[in-house]
Amino acid sequence: MTQLQYKGTGSANGRTGSRYWRGKSAYLGVVPFLLVSGLFLLYPTWNVASGAFQDKHGKFSTSVLKEVFNSKVARHAFANSLEISAKTAIAGAILGGLFAWALVNGKPGGYFYRVAVALSSVLAQFGGVMLTFAFLATFGFNGLVANIALKVAPHSFLADSSWLYGKFGISVLYTFFQIPLMVLVFLPTLENLKPQWREASDALGGKAHEYWVRIGIPILTPSFAGAALLLFVNSFSAYATAATLINLSDFLTPLEIATALTSETGGANPAEAKSLSFFMVVVVIIAMTFYALLRKRVSRWEQRR
Amino acid sequence: MIIGFVGTYLIVPLYSMYDFSTKPFGFQDKGRTFRAWKIIPGQPDLIAAISRSLITAAIVMALILFLIVPTAIWVHLKLPALRRPFELLCLLPLAIPAIVIVVGIAPLYRWISIHLTESPITLSGVYSMLILPYTYRSLSAALDAVDIHTLAEAARTLGADTRRVIFGIIMPTIKTGIVNGSFIAIALVLGEYTISNILNYKTFQVVIAQIGRTNGNVAVAVSLASILFVLVLLLLIPTKKRRSAVLDVDLV
Amino acid sequence: MSSSTYVQLVDLSKHFGKVRALDGLNLEIAQGELVALLGPSGCGKTTALRALAGLQELDRGQLIVDGKDVTFQNANKRGMGMVFQAYSLFPHMTARENVEYGLKLRAHKTASDKRKARSAELLELVGLSTHANHFPHQLSGGQQQRVALARALAISPKVLLLDEPLSALDAKVRTQLREEIRRIQMELGTTTLFVTHDQEEALSIADRVGVMRNGQLEQIAAPAELYDRPKTAFVAEFVGLTNPIAGKVSSSSIEVLGSVLKTLPGSVTSGNGIALVRPESIDVVASKSGNATVTSASFLGASCRLTISMTDGTRITAQLPSSDSAGIGAGALVQVSLLDMPVFVKAAG
Repeated sequence: MTQLQYKGTGSANGRTGSRYWRGKSAYLGVVPFLLVSGLFLLYPTWNVASGAFQDKHGKFSTSVLKEVFNSKVARHAFANSLEISAKTAIAGAILGGLFAWALVNGKPGGYFYRVAVALSSVLAQFGGVMLTFAFLATFGFNGLVANIALKVAPHSFLADSSWLYGKFGISVLYTFFQIPLMVLVFLPTLENLKPQWREASDALGGKAHEYWVRIGIPILTPSFAGAALLLFVNSFSAYATAATLINLSDFLTPLEIATALTSETGGANPAEAKSLSFFMVVVVIIAMTFYALLRKRVSRWEQRR
Repeated sequence: MIIGFVGTYLIVPLYSMYDFSTKPFGFQDKGRTFRAWKIIPGQPDLIAAISRSLITAAIVMALILFLIVPTAIWVHLKLPALRRPFELLCLLPLAIPAIVIVVGIAPLYRWISIHLTESPITLSGVYSMLILPYTYRSLSAALDAVDIHTLAEAARTLGADTRRVIFGIIMPTIKTGIVNGSFIAIALVLGEYTISNILNYKTFQVVIAQIGRTNGNVAVAVSLASILFVLVLLLLIPTKKRRSAVLDVDLV
Repeated sequence: MSSSTYVQLVDLSKHFGKVRALDGLNLEIAQGELVALLGPSGCGKTTALRALAGLQELDRGQLIVDGKDVTFQNANKRGMGMVFQAYSLFPHMTARENVEYGLKLRAHKTASDKRKARSAELLELVGLSTHANHFPHQLSGGQQQRVALARALAISPKVLLLDEPLSALDAKVRTQLREEIRRIQMELGTTTLFVTHDQEEALSIADRVGVMRNGQLEQIAAPAELYDRPKTAFVAEFVGLTNPIAGKVSSSSIEVLGSVLKTLPGSVTSGNGIALVRPESIDVVASKSGNATVTSASFLGASCRLTISMTDGTRITAQLPSSDSAGIGAGALVQVSLLDMPVFVKAAG
């Protein structure tokens, strides 16, 4: 075997020269995406984040933040938003959870099941506007239920449709929106609740309620809580439904933000909008962090199909 | 039993929509009528809005197929170190409600409509970001399920260049993931109201709301029609594909 | 450089962090030859193969194929066919479409009917003509690897690279398929590099086997030579079974179990050594005055394997033709001696 002459090809550790750069060229592939996401996602986020810390003239200051924080109106809206979000999250979680549970206990491949799931997905993603109209058609002026109520129980709240526009009304409306979302998010968890666990518990002598208390509920709770958090965020961020329904600009935080941004009566205050947004985002991030933690815990248990 | 209760809860409003939309309105009609429904095609704004929404959806689809999916594949294949940051970036829209994004994008939108064109570009761009969490999740699941590294290497040794590997080999392999992700994306685009309303861009939902302020019957009719339409479409997809498309809402 | 050298791996080096996967590896493959790279996991054999394919960058070294330096050539231009361990068939294409893929990429050279003919020819070669229109998920593991082989050969590659192609298959399929790979390779005369950790596999089909350890080639030789004349203790112990028996060494011979045997080059030359004796080099004869007792006997068909315990406690495994071991079962007293074969001796302790 004769020795071959060869040129020195690159350095001993490969960290210099053309060989190094060839490896790094792969990073170019993400540039287009970075451009688009930079423009449409990162820039707006940065805009809001930095804008919240500016005053009317663009200088760094926390004055607007403080102003918003202390503003009675803003606080009122914020409290409303939080309250409604929490209530609808819990209500939606419970009702949706029960509904999902009922579905799972029925025929999983059955006709009703399929329709229910399909309907849920449509309602969950399709929107605030249509849902509002659905409700108006039912409970609003000249709506079906309202009319029936007029005839049957003319003094009940159902007969007079102004309740729709108050806190209770919005909550009911939002809940209508939350239930399908809950079904979609929680159904996989219920489906993963292996019947073998129930069987094992029975075989070991456990009674039905013991199974639930010791096994079923502890396993379901993190997912349930996670789903509820998701519902909370969903409700908190919702704008479409409220905007379609009412014209009050300071009832809920998203509405306030919209007004601050687009008000035509000269009250447009972008900095205010950004500050409000900033506080919104803080709430959402907190909720989402908890959600992520819960999901991590659950995914350790669940064996994905 | 519970089904009955919740079922009623869900069905009643739908039925009332039907009922409401067929009520008489105006002073000419007596009794039930489908006039509200018949007027639908005649609403000029509506048709324009529907087409605008569809065009926006098409642009978003293009962005998905030619930007998001290839980038996701590229990261999974070649840049494993970037995978976690990329995932986090794709999940960011979850933490930023639409209302907040629109606050941030407003100046850019103004600039583009003044200097370039009042077309769905900005909106599509923003939408493509909004759908990232859902779409990326579908993609990610599909990419993890298949050994894309071996497939890519096999294709390369047979002579394929990068473009062919991504579009000809990997993308067909993760087809289901792409379809699922796109489905959710389109639903979101067509159902989006917040951003388009504030930016004053007349999409489908915006116009429905608009109509609702003047003519309740028609608005309700349109809403019901679209819900039913999508429902029927959805039921036409065979069960297996649909189940994964629809139940894939789990986010993190 | 012999005139038929087709592939040369020159001084390949690659490290991953602190680990040296390749440490100055040199290898030559002659045209039409099947060389197997054998070694434990982590020895660098797969890294070397992938470097040749263009899927692995090197820190240093050179790759020459058919006289051309391909070190910096892109993987998709090297014209090599590669068979991976598993999951390499494109799932959305049928077997035929998979096989035709490489040809389709060279569409300007191969018309559609020529492609069909070629894929039919290759599917016939691997015995899967009837499955041409099946999808990978409809095929068994062995069938999938055959398709992968056909696909790699369809482009008439300069070199065929096989990365542990049989490791993911059942034992029976493995033996069957390796024979077929060898048969096809000889029929087509394709220069081939075959990586495996299964020494039986390597020995049974290769023209030459290279044993690798820690990124370097310990020895490369024809299977018989590797087995009978290992150059290092590692090779001796990795390839085939060995019995380590202590003995005293003086220059080029060792006294062990009452016999004096020649030592192979590379052995220790003095002091106490451990001879690595092959099972079939041990002679066992039933004897009432024997120096050992059989502790167990395994009948393997043509041969018989005996575990024997010597009077000093040493345990050895011997292998005899069944006819010679008739009557020798567990508990039998035997006389053990060593056949006069050169043996490799490593240092004691």
